[in-house]
Amino acid sequence: MTVNVTRRQFFKLGAAGAATSSMAMMGFAPESAEASVRRFKLTHTKETRNNCTYCSVGCGVLIYSLGSGGENAHQEVMHIEGDPDHPVSRGSLCPKGSGLLDFVRSDGRLEYPQVREPGSSEWTRVTWDDALNRIARYIKDDRDANFVQRNAQGQTVNHWTTTGFLAASGSSNEAGYITHKVVRNLGMVAFDNQARV
Amino acid sequence: MTNHWVDIRNANLILSMGGNSAEAHPVGFRWVTEAIEHNNAELITIDPRYTRTGAVAQDKAFIRTGTDITFLGGLISYLIETNQIQREYVVNYTDASLLVREDFGFEDGLFTGYDPERRAYTDKSSWMYQVGDDGYALRDTSLTNPRCVYQMMRAHYSRYTPELVSSVSGVPVGDIQRIWRKIAATSVPDRTMTILYALGWTQHSIGSQIIRTAAMVQLLLGNMGMPGGGVNALRGHSNIQGLTDLGLLSQLLPGYMSLANASEQDYRPYIDKRAKQPLLPDEVSYWKNYEKFHVSLMKAWFGDAASEANNWCYNWLPKLERPLYDVLDTFERMSKGEINGYFCQGFNPLASFPNRAKVTAALSKLKYLVIMDPLNTETREFWHNVGEYNDVDSSQIQTEVISLPTCCFAEDDGSIVNSARWLQWHWVAAPPPGEARPDTQIMADLFLRVRRLYEQEGGVFPDPIVNLTWDYKQPAKPSAEELAKEYNGRALVDLTDDQGNVTRRAGEQLASFSELTADGRTEAGCWIFTGCYSEEGNLMARRDNSDPYGIGQSLGWAWAWPANRRILYNRASADTEGNPWGANKALVWWSSEQGRWIGADIPDFPAQSPPSAGLGPFIMQPTGGGNFFGGQSMVDGPFPEHYEPFESPVGQNLLHPNNPLARNNPAARIFAGDREALGSWEEFPHAATTYRLTEHFHFWTKHAKLNAIVQPEQFVEIGTALADEIGVSKGDRVRVSSRRGSIYAVAVVTRRLRPLRIGDRDVHHVGIPLHWGFTGVAKKGYLVNALTPFVGDANTQTPEYKSFIVKVEKA
Repeated sequence: MTVNVTRRQFFKLGAAGAATSSMAMMGFAPESAEASVRRFKLTHTKETRNNCTYCSVGCGVLIYSLGSGGENAHQEVMHIEGDPDHPVSRGSLCPKGSGLLDFVRSDGRLEYPQVREPGSSEWTRVTWDDALNRIARYIKDDRDANFVQRNAQGQTVNHWTTTGFLAASGSSNEAGYITHKVVRNLGMVAFDNQARV
Repeated sequence: MTNHWVDIRNANLILSMGGNSAEAHPVGFRWVTEAIEHNNAELITIDPRYTRTGAVAQDKAFIRTGTDITFLGGLISYLIETNQIQREYVVNYTDASLLVREDFGFEDGLFTGYDPERRAYTDKSSWMYQVGDDGYALRDTSLTNPRCVYQMMRAHYSRYTPELVSSVSGVPVGDIQRIWRKIAATSVPDRTMTILYALGWTQHSIGSQIIRTAAMVQLLLGNMGMPGGGVNALRGHSNIQGLTDLGLLSQLLPGYMSLANASEQDYRPYIDKRAKQPLLPDEVSYWKNYEKFHVSLMKAWFGDAASEANNWCYNWLPKLERPLYDVLDTFERMSKGEINGYFCQGFNPLASFPNRAKVTAALSKLKYLVIMDPLNTETREFWHNVGEYNDVDSSQIQTEVISLPTCCFAEDDGSIVNSARWLQWHWVAAPPPGEARPDTQIMADLFLRVRRLYEQEGGVFPDPIVNLTWDYKQPAKPSAEELAKEYNGRALVDLTDDQGNVTRRAGEQLASFSELTADGRTEAGCWIFTGCYSEEGNLMARRDNSDPYGIGQSLGWAWAWPANRRILYNRASADTEGNPWGANKALVWWSSEQGRWIGADIPDFPAQSPPSAGLGPFIMQPTGGGNFFGGQSMVDGPFPEHYEPFESPVGQNLLHPNNPLARNNPAARIFAGDREALGSWEEFPHAATTYRLTEHFHFWTKHAKLNAIVQPEQFVEIGTALADEIGVSKGDRVRVSSRRGSIYAVAVVTRRLRPLRIGDRDVHHVGIPLHWGFTGVAKKGYLVNALTPFVGDANTQTPEYKSFIVKVEKA
């Protein structure tokens, strides 16, 4: 069964959210096209190839965003759908992947560096400089105070066990690599990622 | 995964055990249904619950959580005793014929070399093959010598009769025998079974050994290295594979290299121990090249400062004083006040680690906690009183929390590694909200500030900090491409072949880890990724999805480690003559015309080594074969053995009823306070297991409106029999408690959970989805790790989330 709908109707149906991709699978497909700005909401968007950030299938996604990338252009992700070229997912997304847009634009997104002082019950906004300088100072002071060059048996160990680091298995290889490079060479050993749990 | 998502379609039988891929990996699961629809395959699920995967399975069995080794161990015995093994494969491609040392033994649940005081195998010297004067292992290819691995394995699992398996696991004997028969039918050369598992196998105190047992089954059946075969870990996060590959674990370096122990004071023995030499004549034993990988890493990190004269900065790397500084060890130390600072980069330990009360107490003892995350996590708010959901007194918590907002996937460039080892590149779609920054930039900026402090003030052992290579165009903002090129690696000088011809100019990107050298002429930050960003460009960004052989091998899509190889051990897909085991299972084969291995995949083998040379297909192993005998590689024994979960709903290990040391994994570590916090089955009679739902991803998607709408409120699943027993109807609120804490949730009363008969009573399972918490837009809920025990797998320390005990009652 194929139901003929215009692209505009298609997107209205798609507003139901999770239903979008499964409806496409059921045979609802937009008729090819009478061009009009209103009908083609995606016409003036930028299409970017990406992968779903949740499980390890690595489904291909297409992200549509507004804005040219210019300094004064407002850029915003406004639609995400499955990538039909992807050899594993072939355009499909699951209920998690279908909600990716709501993750990108979640009210829970953090926007500014903040500090919660000892004993306080609230956050205070700080600048990146303040936050990073504070952390760098803590790192250096704790490392200088507790770095072990030789253990009780006189063996060279050159490690630092009083500060630990959990890395993110939702981040990229490049973030993982530079994190390892920095963390390990500070001498840290209490270092893990989600693979341990 | 040894194989990959699309390859599942080539299977004849799919065993889903220790996982529920229809729920947790729905789009990957389409390849299971593809195999059922178009390859006439059968799907079998074995799980404590009737799952979404089980709902479409042709056959299924229900098993008590934590008893999988009994089912698989019994299967091993069945395959051997009924001679349903792929014999040519077993004799030629495994260690079945090798002889084990005479002093190795197993008695009443314990292997040789156990020290009960230290709860550890302190002497593993007997866990070895017998070695002749020439340094090579002794073997008996007739497989009849009682000390050969095959006969030792046969004796070990002879105890696992169908009746014993049934009495421990609760699976009826008839179900056991029927499923064993179906699995055994894949022992013929041209039929394969694939095994799909996930955290339902890893999150046990015997988790690593469950997976080993599965690998042993696949070796007996000749299903490793085959299309539609393999042992496939369906990993839980989008780049958990990549972060593991890059070695972000306490004891590792990139590419599965490992840090030295404190006892390894000298460089050469450190290398020699890891550069495994062949245990049989002429075998490849590829780890023998360890020094090339290691020196190339040291050159990537320390540049000219790393030289032969200083052993490539061997002493600049930290050395370990305990086997692991894993998260359980770290939070134990944190709870004792031994940790001052802690960083959580996209990680939510308050929600994700066991015994939430202990985790809260531990975080409260920190001086400072740094959160780097796109979302407001529970850990970030651990000090914040949220009533019954987070009942803390903020004024008493002296931890300073510094929160740094980061980008999400849509806002940065880079690659992630899926479960099939594919490195797929993605591009930034839009800038992040507010002042959020990419993790790469945060780490770089922070490092530069620390380094500046060391340069200005001096300090303790600054050498690795002030000498760390940092040649990025914008030092505080390294690009993803620069970092990817660095872990791929490049030539530092002109490289030449034996005749002195230049094979690679200085500065060029390397195409293969076979180009790496141990003398400082190359650098590579992660040797297994070498080839992903070569002089051809960024191969991770490739988008050619063509499949020339029609078996789902799209070698032009992205790039897979190692060497763009899609199915590991694929030399084993051909027989000893180099021909495919079956026409429908052709993957790589020997071409006598071309004098090399060819086919639909990159051969996992020396390309020009003819079958007549007789090299084994498992080139990373010193024997060249797949190992039934684990040797010294595991901490808890060379052959997997069933031990009860640390919290078990039955009183004893029926395999060793009279040895209390062998009730639970005798080599698993448990801290004294955590042992005291274990419950007894008399008080907490219900077997509990935690898991995901298809609508949610961990604790993230409760921040996403769509997911919060489709699955808004916390619930637990209980069977109708248990509901009747405790007087609960569907929709009632129940209290679920363990020795460590309790949660409240809506009860879903379902026939999907049914009691299993164990001994003289029925054991009920309770299903506990894990997705709720006290931040986000879904209804607030209780962190389920209030309930879970603080004990992990003996080898990996992965917590035992899948098997513990609770009591369910009407709230």
